[in-house]
Amino acid sequence: MSISVADTHGATRRLPAWLDPSLIILGLVGLFLAFLVLLPFGWLAVFSLTDEQGTFSFENFYELADPALFLGPFITTLGIAFGVGILACALAVPLAWLVSRTDVPLRRTLRGLIMTSFITPPFLGAVAWVLLAAPNSGLINQYYRIIFGAGPYDRFVNIFTAEGIIFVMASYAFPYVFVLAANTLDRMPHDMEEASAILGGSRWHTLRRVTFPMVLPALLAGFLIAFLQAMTQFGTPAILALPAGFHVLTTKIWSLFQFPPKTHLAAACAIPLLLVTIVLLRSEKWLLGRRGFTMIGGKTGAPQLTALGIWRYPALLAALFVIIVTVVLPNLVLIRASMLRTVSDSWSLDTITWDNVRLVFGLTHTWTTLENTLLVGLVAASLGTVFAVLIAYLNARRAVPGHRFLSFLATAPAAVPGIVLGVALFIGYTRPPFQLYGTLWILLLAFLTIEMPPAYQQLQAAFRGLNPELEDASRILGAGRLKSLTSIVAPLLKSSVAATWCFVFIGTIRELSATILLTTSNTKLVSVLIYDLNENGELGGIAVLGLVLMAITAIVVIAANRIANVGNVAAGR
Amino acid sequence: MVVATLTRRQALATALATPLVSIASAARAQPTPVAITDELIAAAKKEGKVSHYTSDDLTVATNIGKMFEAKYPGITFQLERSGAERNYQRISQEYASAIHAVDVVSTSDLSHFTTWKKANLILPYMVAEAAAWAADARDPDGFYTKQYFTLMVPGYNTRLVKPEDAPKFWTDLLDPKWKGKIVKAHPGYSGTIMTGTFTLARALGWEYFEKLSKQLVMQVQSAIDPPQRVAQGERAVMADSAENSSIRVRDSGAPLALFYPPEGVPVIPVGNAVMAKAPRPNAARLLVHFLLSAQAQQVYVNSGAHSFSPDTRLPANRAPLATTKLLHANPDEVAREAENIKKRYTQYFAI
Repeated sequence: MSISVADTHGATRRLPAWLDPSLIILGLVGLFLAFLVLLPFGWLAVFSLTDEQGTFSFENFYELADPALFLGPFITTLGIAFGVGILACALAVPLAWLVSRTDVPLRRTLRGLIMTSFITPPFLGAVAWVLLAAPNSGLINQYYRIIFGAGPYDRFVNIFTAEGIIFVMASYAFPYVFVLAANTLDRMPHDMEEASAILGGSRWHTLRRVTFPMVLPALLAGFLIAFLQAMTQFGTPAILALPAGFHVLTTKIWSLFQFPPKTHLAAACAIPLLLVTIVLLRSEKWLLGRRGFTMIGGKTGAPQLTALGIWRYPALLAALFVIIVTVVLPNLVLIRASMLRTVSDSWSLDTITWDNVRLVFGLTHTWTTLENTLLVGLVAASLGTVFAVLIAYLNARRAVPGHRFLSFLATAPAAVPGIVLGVALFIGYTRPPFQLYGTLWILLLAFLTIEMPPAYQQLQAAFRGLNPELEDASRILGAGRLKSLTSIVAPLLKSSVAATWCFVFIGTIRELSATILLTTSNTKLVSVLIYDLNENGELGGIAVLGLVLMAITAIVVIAANRIANVGNVAAGR
Repeated sequence: MVVATLTRRQALATALATPLVSIASAARAQPTPVAITDELIAAAKKEGKVSHYTSDDLTVATNIGKMFEAKYPGITFQLERSGAERNYQRISQEYASAIHAVDVVSTSDLSHFTTWKKANLILPYMVAEAAAWAADARDPDGFYTKQYFTLMVPGYNTRLVKPEDAPKFWTDLLDPKWKGKIVKAHPGYSGTIMTGTFTLARALGWEYFEKLSKQLVMQVQSAIDPPQRVAQGERAVMADSAENSSIRVRDSGAPLALFYPPEGVPVIPVGNAVMAKAPRPNAARLLVHFLLSAQAQQVYVNSGAHSFSPDTRLPANRAPLATTKLLHANPDEVAREAENIKKRYTQYFAI
């Protein structure tokens, strides 16, 4: 390496190609990515096409026709996922429009409040909604009966239904849609809306004919994200659907791992989930490809905000209502439950207790699981970010031949639902040559694979906004590729890198679909401990553990952003 | 050292007599009860840790662990508490990947011992603490000892159900008035419910479960969960539960009443055994001594279970079992039926 730095440009060229360190790194990263994706999925394919004796057969796929095994849960899953997609968009898009394009008061606060909901893992939200809206003991139903004088079994809402599941999943998916829609609206040039207004279009006409079509791609992407999240989530349906006596596909796949495990059948069940995801992602490209008009306009000023007039405060109230119901209320009820002996008790000095705290921290595994969660989260976030930066860089600068293949490998896992990955990793790493089951490594691999596509896509976008001239200057002055990457590119991308890091870290905290199949007693994570406690009915204990988990997440995220900002100050920016 | 020779002898016997196992175990005399020795304690402390996979009530198991750590400082107690069926799956999954993490297992589904015995996964070990207990308190070959027993009982919320309206028979739960008001635990998770389902299906026929499944029951997993849901008022009635856990919830002041149907109540013995591949064989044995000691036995009794130990005292507020008709299950038959039970249950209750 020192040769290439010290030598002239020409000398580097005469060296054999494989000596270029970036090529070696490319090779290693490429191999690792290929290994990450191909090994487990090779096994998944093999298992789905063999029986317990290992002989080739389509028997597993024939069995999928059984409505109790596959078809029923599959249809339920698609229905729920569709509902979540619609509801998440219906909640997120108006909110995004309000905070991005109107003069609604407290815009920054609203944005911030929605962002905080990222740190609540969906399965924790599901438990919170059991506390709020279980048909008889749920707080909302208790108050409903008191206020309206209804009978003891009358209810206002029942969370143990498909509708309840849709609502809870949409509550935790809509922030993703919101971010997408708000970013698009923020960046959208306002010239076209102005043009439409000048040409005599009414406000409503402009919104419908100009603004909406421009937001449509983001809307579609948002719908897909919500749909895919809902289709592949394990925790929420396990907590809400099983008590109601029905399965979705993820819970069914999980149940196939109960004794005696039917791993081959589980592999076969996972394949359709994989196919649906791939088809959906392809169809998004196809739809956008046809609608893909570019917003020409270049650099324009800050968009003109729509004046809401007398609707300013009603709009604020509506936005606050959505946020209070989906973000504030579940967290409040967790705080409440953490202090009560029986979660349906009323709140008074007699019922408040430290029992739940004592229960949680009296468990022999609590500290180990907290350590494991933090360790795996930090390592996955750091490694994942490094990989994503490298691949995004190599791809953005077309630095090496084969960068497209790398890009493909980094985005491919997006088509892989967590539980499918769990099945694949379980099969792939419980046998030679790589016996990683029972170690934290298998969880690290799972998280790296799951989080690689979003991390890579975020950084890819960031690289696109970075002018290559700066790096070229440094390379001309003699710096190697690695040197210009670390001392020119990295500082400029600091905030994007920090955001990606946080995104991956939070992703590991929220994950349960793959984790549930991959942990053992010594490699438990908090998410699994919470799930265990739920099977035990220890809702108060879950509340305590969940609050601790969210506090840790918040601290880590704030610290990561502080560190990134301190660097900025030091660099004099 | 006693422990080491035992392990070696066992290994040798396994190696030599694999095809003759059934004959050998039939003819084998019960091992002699062993008392705690200073060597055992010292060796256990050297191992420094013990891992207990158990289906015991979470709170009780945690307390027992703390008492064990207090009595034997230097040995860390690690608890893996889950349903007996879940632990069984976990152990088989871990063992399939050559992960030997568990030292001692306690399960509310004795049929697991039948399977583990055949597969040589557990060791015969009889402790002096239980030597004087009734003969049916242990495995005839000494592979496991019954830690305590409980019952699978139904119950109701006393605020939501008046005593005169309360169900009395198992079949009362099939009354349309309880539709949507029942909570029930799952035999695929809980050993208590697995054993109880086997027993009740014999006593009442599978039609009982088929009809019960039409009652829109709320399906939870652990036998510890129904009393909590009923105490919260989430459901008025529970179709089953582990009696000891229900007693613990009731004694904490919750509006919960249990009833003992005259058709008979399934007995749920909970046994413990030392794993043959226990990574800490001495600490494992020491823990079994402790679980069967008078000190631990009194804790089980205080928290609602029934002990085989003659040295325990029933708390003043608890009536002895005399009036209840008890139904026993044969673990070997449960082992044969387990798959069928899970299948039929899933067929009726959909999950």
